[in-house]
Amino acid sequence: MDIAINTGNSRYQVDKNGYYGRFGGAYIPEMLYPNVEELQSQYLAILSDPSFQQEFEALLTDYVGRPSPLYFAKRLSEKYKSKIYLKREDLNHTGAHKINNTIGQILVAKRLGKTRIIAETGAGQHGVATATVCALMGLECVVYMGSIDIERQAPNVARMKMLGATVVAATSGSKTLKDATNEAIRDWINNPVNTHYILGTAAGPHPYPDMVARLQSVISEEIKKQLKAKTGSEDPNYVVACIGGGSNAAGAYFHYLDRENVKLVAVEAAGHGVHSGHSAATTQLGTIGIIHASKTLLMQTDDGQITEPYSISAGLDYPGIGPMHAHLYESGRAQFLSATDEEALAAAYELSLLEGIIPAMESAHALAKLKDLPLKEEDVVVVCLSGRGDKDLDTYIRHMKK
Amino acid sequence: MQNRIDQLFAKKQHGVLNIYCTAGFPELNDTLPVMTALQQYGADLIELGMPFSDPLADGPVIQDSSTKALQNGMSLHVLFEQLAGFRETIQVPVILMGYFNPVLTYGVEAFCAKCAAVGVDGIIVPDLPMAEYEHEYRPLFEKYNLHLIFLVTPETSEARIRKIDSLSKGFIYAVSSSSTTGKDKDMKDQQAYFERLKNLKLSNPVLIGFGIKDKATFEAASAHANGAIIGTAFIKAIEHSRNIDETVKTFISGIIQ
Repeated sequence: MDIAINTGNSRYQVDKNGYYGRFGGAYIPEMLYPNVEELQSQYLAILSDPSFQQEFEALLTDYVGRPSPLYFAKRLSEKYKSKIYLKREDLNHTGAHKINNTIGQILVAKRLGKTRIIAETGAGQHGVATATVCALMGLECVVYMGSIDIERQAPNVARMKMLGATVVAATSGSKTLKDATNEAIRDWINNPVNTHYILGTAAGPHPYPDMVARLQSVISEEIKKQLKAKTGSEDPNYVVACIGGGSNAAGAYFHYLDRENVKLVAVEAAGHGVHSGHSAATTQLGTIGIIHASKTLLMQTDDGQITEPYSISAGLDYPGIGPMHAHLYESGRAQFLSATDEEALAAAYELSLLEGIIPAMESAHALAKLKDLPLKEEDVVVVCLSGRGDKDLDTYIRHMKK
Repeated sequence: MQNRIDQLFAKKQHGVLNIYCTAGFPELNDTLPVMTALQQYGADLIELGMPFSDPLADGPVIQDSSTKALQNGMSLHVLFEQLAGFRETIQVPVILMGYFNPVLTYGVEAFCAKCAAVGVDGIIVPDLPMAEYEHEYRPLFEKYNLHLIFLVTPETSEARIRKIDSLSKGFIYAVSSSSTTGKDKDMKDQQAYFERLKNLKLSNPVLIGFGIKDKATFEAASAHANGAIIGTAFIKAIEHSRNIDETVKTFISGIIQ
């Protein structure tokens, strides 16, 4: 497994101080220093340890169901006149890529001797993936979720509870993902010794962005092998992924970061439109600042107050992006596009009818930009289908044309 | 001119009372009346909170005061307008406490210059790491004679405490337990930690904060350090106050008399 590769020479990977270009770092209060320092000093050694890799791989194979298929979407390809492959993270246990990270981090937590796990969740996918691995390992699990999200994601709340997790409502601020993350960080401050925080995306203080990217990098590791077998080349022309915090994109890009012939496309959620006042398109609307202890691009007022984003997709409804992605944006390595609610819905209905696959609302944002790429017939495009649409059925039914 | 925080500790080494209040709370224009009353009734230091949308190190009471202050219209620009000329009436040292994002957005140098211009003496930014401060921002704070005050916790190693001591100016903020603000933890459990701090014979004075809420906890903390910081309990006291002056008077007399 390549998750422990030395990234010292890469322009796009984290540097020894925890930065990607001018983004990243660990802007943490002193109360968090021992926890974060422990992770910083140990995560690479743990990830490169053969016993860790063996256990991680075995669970990914037998429990998650990896490798996830790389599926040639024939009818979708005909429609967009190119060769489109879907990386089927939706077929993973628990229905999304999130489980790759939670399996890895629970193994890290065990090696650090932690007995209690906390997590934040927006739509509930990461919360379910965390509750799942905690049940698997018999560890106590507390998931923070905005009180507004608890109301609108009832099935995932029920799943977490059935899996034995305690779901705690975040009632501060705007009562959504940003505030759930604040509450998880506050819990960690108050429980500095026995608790590991399984952060769900490639954001937060160093080493989380890098650790999460490495654990998700199994996605691009598999794409390389699968594409080689199917087309004779490891490299597609495009890798397309949606971005909230950016964990599925980080995993899908990881082994292609330094292969500049592969175009990386990131799709943010434009909500009702980038300039509508109801959007989550961070690179378009954001400026540099600190969110959840990371220096990155975020949506904020002129006075430095973090603002509330909007997207139909709860998983993309985050006012920042991970520091690696801020650097990919600023350096021009990745092309950033955005899809509106309406475009994403249309793409979800299209994939359902053309390929018999109902995608997650988040993944539908990535699919929605196929129409805007200057695709040629010989172009090979890999779209990361990060999750399945079961959790979004209410939304899909509500918006379905009569 | 010598920094007012240093002047204070030059003449008072025991029982220094530092009270925290959120700027623009409970009403937007209460900032100065609260500060005036704090000085009048015996606070030695005033720590003024710059409200932030996402105060990670704070418990619910200070979070809510921050949210309320933002709803009231508080911002760094408004705060500096309110503070213009406050040195005509208030002589005690004043520290601004807040998170790094609003300061970064305001511009760190512009912020320091403004603090110096209105007469602020020190800054607490809990999420500005020591390494970033040392490599990037220290010359700016020193240029404007602003003391940056760092936190230490029961989990902070001795080597790190010494490093923090070497970078801190004014005093060191010793967090009584690893927690967010306003948590009730038993002060007795922290005795060993306070003793350990005392025995390090640091070059800076030490004030203890988090969980200090009344005369008993203030005196317990003061016995081990140069004084203590009260935040959450004071915010609770003034939250629904109809008469700021009277509330502050009652609150402080309950602590130091």
